[in-house]
Amino acid sequence: MLITELSQIPGVSGDETRVRNFIKEKLALWGIKYYTDSLGNLYALKEGRENKQEKGLMLSAHMDEVGLMVSSIEKSGHLRFYKVGGINEKALIAKPVRIGANNITGVIGAKAVHLQKKEEREKALEVEKLYIDIGAKSKEDAEKAVKVGDYISFYSEASSSENIVKGKALDNRAGCAALLEILQRDFPFSFTAVFTVQEEVGLRGAGVAAYRVNPRMALVIETTGAVDIPEAREQDYSTSLGAGPAFTVKDESVITHPRILERLIEVAEVQKRPYQFRRYGGSFTDAGAISLSGSGAAAGVISTPCRYIHAPVSLLFLEDWKNLVEITDAFIRSVHEKGLEI
Amino acid sequence: MNELIKKLCESFGPAGREDKVRSLIVEELEKLNAQFFIDTLGNLIVTKGNQADKKILVAAHMDEIGLMVTFIDENGFLRFTNIGGVFKNILLGTKVLFENGTVGVIGQEKLKEPKELDFDKLYLDIGARTRKEAQAKVKIGDTAVFLAPLSQEGRRVMAKSLDNRIGCAVVLEALKRLSPLSLPNEVYFVFTVQEEVGLRGAKPVSYRLKPDYGLAVDVTRVGDTPEPEFKTSVSLGKGPAVKIKDSSVICHPRVTGLMIEVAEKNNIPYQLEVLEKGGTDAGAIHLTREGIPSGVLSVPCRYIHTPAEMVDLDDVENSVSLLVELLKNSW
Repeated sequence: MLITELSQIPGVSGDETRVRNFIKEKLALWGIKYYTDSLGNLYALKEGRENKQEKGLMLSAHMDEVGLMVSSIEKSGHLRFYKVGGINEKALIAKPVRIGANNITGVIGAKAVHLQKKEEREKALEVEKLYIDIGAKSKEDAEKAVKVGDYISFYSEASSSENIVKGKALDNRAGCAALLEILQRDFPFSFTAVFTVQEEVGLRGAGVAAYRVNPRMALVIETTGAVDIPEAREQDYSTSLGAGPAFTVKDESVITHPRILERLIEVAEVQKRPYQFRRYGGSFTDAGAISLSGSGAAAGVISTPCRYIHAPVSLLFLEDWKNLVEITDAFIRSVHEKGLEI
Repeated sequence: MNELIKKLCESFGPAGREDKVRSLIVEELEKLNAQFFIDTLGNLIVTKGNQADKKILVAAHMDEIGLMVTFIDENGFLRFTNIGGVFKNILLGTKVLFENGTVGVIGQEKLKEPKELDFDKLYLDIGARTRKEAQAKVKIGDTAVFLAPLSQEGRRVMAKSLDNRIGCAVVLEALKRLSPLSLPNEVYFVFTVQEEVGLRGAKPVSYRLKPDYGLAVDVTRVGDTPEPEFKTSVSLGKGPAVKIKDSSVICHPRVTGLMIEVAEKNNIPYQLEVLEKGGTDAGAIHLTREGIPSGVLSVPCRYIHTPAEMVDLDDVENSVSLLVELLKNSW
């Protein structure tokens, strides 16, 4: 399955090579032309059956995931690290990780709980108090396997059952998988799909990509947090699993263009597919950078709801993902067939 | 002009949903037979003057702050998030208006202590008795603005969204007074979108138009009230402010210098403005492409981002005069 395969690949912001190579292989296999730019964004040129005019629609999904980076190596051989992207410290202790191009395995450690001071026990330990243990006996020993600047990604096995997918980096490998699923399909018209880099560190790849493609409209395929858990009040769920893909009306980076939002709702209603609105108004997506690139583009976001994002294991419902694929597919066809007056 | 200010302020136009304000301005432009176009994000652009060496972009944002519905509970109460800089401590008991005319009032859950106050403790009551009743009027993602009719006491006007409909009114009035022959430069009068959520409209439109100079017309805070929250020397009624700096831009000395020169030459009162916190479209304009020297003409305004902002009509009149004379000058 594309989602689980993509989930397994390490690809922290700035280190997307292995994810990009996986996607390139698929594109080559399906005979889809592609190219990359200097930042590492991957552009797939989906050619339509008929030679129909491009309508200025760009689709995108970011390839990168949040992770860590080696910042220094202690005399003892333990690794200190920085965060790359938004990670909650609480999710780190005792989690397995993989480091660098050679996938060196390690575990995130901290002072044993009985040695922690009262204050340390009462709150999450800061990153400065944590280390990664790769089993090295000394600094020299550690340096044989890793170096400062190596990327660190969560290490967890992706799995799927009939309706559940679990794994790391579902934000946004689920989006990449959806885009790949769509690219395999037959369309009468052509369009550009971009797999972007460095979203998690500030929407860096997408603005550059949109400047190059110069779209009139863009739909960003994302994975968004669902907080439908026993501790939360219903108004704070943001999204719920099983209620269909989420449409963003507003986040901190973009207000979805009303014509795009209306068309998403229209195609979902026609197809009788479930959808929900993302209820949290915060956080950022590539749509922010795309909408303000060049002379501006009308942008929107469609997301698979997902629990525990930015953590070693997240969880989504396949039914939501499938509905996202179908609504996105219908949206693309609708824009080309009926046009979309912006 | 007073009638226009009233219409603009009472109109609905939170960031991202500026259509109604834009339509009002378009009506005015049509009366003037002005040529205009609207870009992808919704910015409204009027070009006037002669094909000249220098192109000047004058920007006033159309949008206002607002609220967006995020949840409807089983009893018909709505939860909401903010669009732009909304002060949560002034919301209790405030009436709001949706685009379809639905009116609501903001309520507040019990707080253990005042600092607990946050958006998740506030809700919106639109008089619905059930979720179904509420959903018949409003859906998740719908936006609302303060409901506050304009009032006038003497030369002072109180209304919601004087930030920045007063800027729109100043630019429209200047547009009316300027004949194309009086303009030595080509001027783009731009009514921008989404300023309140991060100067978003101004960025792509200045990229598209590639002007030589930028000038934003917006409101600024004043420091002339009892124990003012913001440190600034600007007062209401002492003339338009020539911005030197805020947190989004350090105005280009050539632009501020020209503004001061023109004000003095024409005996228009003005004040100098240094604003510690806050930004305007000039912040986005001046960093576009290779960089665009930019300035800001500010209308002094009290109680910004509340349902009753206040400006002085003499300041407004002097702002129009300064803008008109400025654009008659060669840059």
